[in-house]
Amino acid sequence: MAGQLEKVTLGKSITNGLRKAMEADPKVVLIGEDIGKLGGVFRITEGLQKDFGEDRVIDSPLAESGIVGTAVGMALRGYRPVCEIQFDGFVYPAFDQIVSQVAKMHARALGAVKIPMVIRIPFGGGIGSPEHHSESPEAYFAHTAGLRVVACSNPEDAHWMIQQAVACDDPVIFFEPKRRYHDRAEYDTTATTAPRGLFEANVLREGTDVTLLGYGPVVKTMLESADAAEAEGTSIEVIDLRSLSPLPIDTIVESVRKTGRLVVVQEASSFLGMASEISAQVTEQCFYELEAPVVRVAGANIPYPPSRMEEEFLPDLDRILDGVDRALAY
Amino acid sequence: MSDKVVAELQEPTPAVGDGGPDMIQLLTPEGQRVSHPDYDKYVADLTPEDLRSFYRDLVLIRRLDAEGYALQRQGELGLWPSLLGQEAAQVGSGRALKPHDFVFPTYREHGVGFVRGMDPQSSLQLFRGVSQGGWDPQENNFHLYTIVIGAQALHATGYAMGVRMDGNVGTGDPDRDTAVICYFGDGASSQGDVNEAFVYAASFDAPVVFFCQNNQWAISEPVEKQTRIPLFQRARGFGFPGVRVDGNDILATYAVTQHCLDEARNGNGPLLIEAYTYRMGAHTTADDPTKYRVSAEVEEWKFRDPILRLKTLLAHEGMADEAFFARIDEEADQFAAELREGCVTMETMAGETMWDHVYAEDHPVMEAERAAYLAYKASFEEAN
Repeated sequence: MAGQLEKVTLGKSITNGLRKAMEADPKVVLIGEDIGKLGGVFRITEGLQKDFGEDRVIDSPLAESGIVGTAVGMALRGYRPVCEIQFDGFVYPAFDQIVSQVAKMHARALGAVKIPMVIRIPFGGGIGSPEHHSESPEAYFAHTAGLRVVACSNPEDAHWMIQQAVACDDPVIFFEPKRRYHDRAEYDTTATTAPRGLFEANVLREGTDVTLLGYGPVVKTMLESADAAEAEGTSIEVIDLRSLSPLPIDTIVESVRKTGRLVVVQEASSFLGMASEISAQVTEQCFYELEAPVVRVAGANIPYPPSRMEEEFLPDLDRILDGVDRALAY
Repeated sequence: MSDKVVAELQEPTPAVGDGGPDMIQLLTPEGQRVSHPDYDKYVADLTPEDLRSFYRDLVLIRRLDAEGYALQRQGELGLWPSLLGQEAAQVGSGRALKPHDFVFPTYREHGVGFVRGMDPQSSLQLFRGVSQGGWDPQENNFHLYTIVIGAQALHATGYAMGVRMDGNVGTGDPDRDTAVICYFGDGASSQGDVNEAFVYAASFDAPVVFFCQNNQWAISEPVEKQTRIPLFQRARGFGFPGVRVDGNDILATYAVTQHCLDEARNGNGPLLIEAYTYRMGAHTTADDPTKYRVSAEVEEWKFRDPILRLKTLLAHEGMADEAFFARIDEEADQFAAELREGCVTMETMAGETMWDHVYAEDHPVMEAERAAYLAYKASFEEAN
């Protein structure tokens, strides 16, 4: 049966995914600030409270630890809560609940309880906002055992990954590239099976000279960089990491063994970020295949700058190509 | 600010050691039964047999505590948080619960766990370092110990929100209407999570009873460091009722907790109970209270011992004789011997099980690390 191709934004794809998850399982509940009538500050939950009621789309008091901590209690009662954290920089009041309770409850109970919850966090910069609205805190969570961490980069993935995250019996930190919420793409919205697993990387473009790896908002920039490089005769393989923890290292290693060069892109500051860990693991596994050191193209090691300066901070097409050139210089 | 509010705020704070005029008491430190118009009805049906079983619980958990302390001193436990002095607060509140109610304890609620039917070895295994808890909370509706101070208040509130979403509040069916009780201490009352829990519980009419054992000390800090007003009065600011009960009075604690649980089950939650009690021992075996509090204070509280006052009542009212008390002491000896035996023979799990329960679903890192660990271990055996 032919599917129905539809052009949908990334934001609306998450909305649709949440709707499907709520239809599939009456135990799925959403909780967060302003997610009811308003539909959230990014309108991701728009219309859901009207359709599912105030008990399933819960406008929370303005306290993030409360959002996550009460969601733990709901999970213990048999619910599958999906928390919305309004902005990346506002997740820290909930940090203790996430790393000390959400992440460890299953192990503490030797498997007797599960915490099947999702914590949605819009992340990354590029929207011209004041402090705390443009951060990339993924490494804190990827560092914590007991959590799974994913980031979507395009509408079709957003549609599927949010449903897969809700269905997962482990807690999933779900990063959404907020500056890509309005990006559109055409895909089959009536498909009934996901194109790939939640914790798999996706090779978006095959190439032979350099592997370019990233996740979330930079994926689009990486694809544009690969186009530009191709015009200059460089063949770039582009991989969307998608899963930050567990790390789909096999896909990365396979690509690097072919290209011999790896450039990792992230908006987060470079020090001890995802790119650092990937660099270490690739060095361990591809030492003899590497033609150049792993190159990191990342945010500077400073607090996120004022928005008028953010273009200088964020990895853009030129900085990514500069990274590619540095890898090719060996 | 109106004059009225100022006047309320300037109400004299009761002196420490004195629960003040608002404190509910049904059994005086001298073991005298006193009447209370609102709470007598909750103890009216208690039979002499019930009271004797209260006494038994108090004695056994004090013995559990003494054994925990001794086992730590003998190197069998890494740490032991003592409940000495808080037995009535724990047994009184714990016995007021129905089986389908749900408990969120701190790491000091060994007594509540005991009356919920928990194997006492469960808390010993945690402090022996055999597991981080390791029990199934659904078995006795008794959640895992939470060590981060106050974090469980949000879990209790969320669980209670779930109970309400399930429709198990205010139906009038006693087998269905469910309450959640959340234990914490005076120190935890300063935590953000506890205050957020108060806000959430009020906002969502959650059927949760917050049970604060004010034992006067948060390690070395007296309760005055946490609050200017009596803790039970905090509830009013959050828009729900608060009550102070004599936490060393098992009858009053039982009665007040019954009342509050009923209110929660009927849909009138949340509520706050401040059980006014005293930590007779150290915070944990790693603490030294002689550095920060005077022994005269401890001596004063000995006169309010929760077990002694029930014993006095039982003896005075002819509900128990010397033979009964001797029998309970014997049972406690037997109980202690079993505890010790169970503790010292507890097996440590094999190293490779460390990766078993980090995730509920398969995880490649867990499998890879476990395999690497086993290969590393095996390399020594091959070398031999």
